[in-house]
Amino acid sequence: MVVFEKPKALTDAPFHYCPGCTHGIIHRLVAEALDELGVTGKAVGVAPVGCAVMAYNYFACDMVEAAHGRAPAVATGLKRCMPENVIFTYQGDGDLASIGMAETVHSATRNENITIIFVNNAIYGMTGGQMAPTSLPGQVTQTSPYGRDVATAGYPVKVSEMLSTLDGPEYIERVAVNSVKNVKAAKKAIKKAFQNQIEGKGFSLIEVVSTCPTNWGMTPSNALKWLEENMLPYYPLGVYKDRSAAKKEDE
Amino acid sequence: MAKVTFNEDLCKGCGLCVDACPKKIIAIAKDKINAKGHSPAEITDQEKCIACAFCATMCPDCVITVEK
Repeated sequence: MVVFEKPKALTDAPFHYCPGCTHGIIHRLVAEALDELGVTGKAVGVAPVGCAVMAYNYFACDMVEAAHGRAPAVATGLKRCMPENVIFTYQGDGDLASIGMAETVHSATRNENITIIFVNNAIYGMTGGQMAPTSLPGQVTQTSPYGRDVATAGYPVKVSEMLSTLDGPEYIERVAVNSVKNVKAAKKAIKKAFQNQIEGKGFSLIEVVSTCPTNWGMTPSNALKWLEENMLPYYPLGVYKDRSAAKKEDE
Repeated sequence: MAKVTFNEDLCKGCGLCVDACPKKIIAIAKDKINAKGHSPAEITDQEKCIACAFCATMCPDCVITVEK
């Protein structure tokens, strides 16, 4: 009996990601959720600009490539034209929290019935490790060689906290992929985000706290430890908004 | 019986499976290089495997298949 194998919603193309990059784990979790819900055939993904730009090679469903940060706008159009299809975006922090912030906030406040997978690794990976909106205070990057100075560069953007203050979105949760336990929790959250869309509940965003061993300058194993010790205190995990559950409690 | 197979040509030798294994029976090969130029992970003692799939859960490249 097979206990674990590569999900059908992933193609045979080998990932181009660096060794130990957790993008691969998150790709797999999205694919597993699509398979388990039986919607791979009618799923349409929107790929971002960033390391995950070639996600369209890896998912065995229809994929669209959006301009930098505009994935939620493209997904809005797709969902409104094809309400029967399952539409998701897969975006990094440079894409979603920087250049695409307007699209993110407005699709959330409109409660578009889409699913967003937001990968937060606190750095611009593809372009070579520059400071991102989500880089931690004091974090050394290519463009903050003395550490992020909040006096000039400001504080990191906490996307989940910020979006959960809006009345629009249905579901916002932050998860991480640094341990087996957290990966399993992340899988559950991603599946729920797709389930919400299938049930027509509206906008679901899952923020996945992730690593970038290459640009953090660490081994994959140390990167997971750094994530746990530095990122998780700043980006606490948990459900930030669940409108359906809140409504049930009110009743 | 529990059985773990590695699709070695996809492995990048990151070692996350090595850390995840509760039985400590996965190691990075010292005498092998795969098509990508990495030293792949391999199982050292198949008998001790309990098919928990922790290795496969942490593998970023879908290298591992677990059977029971």
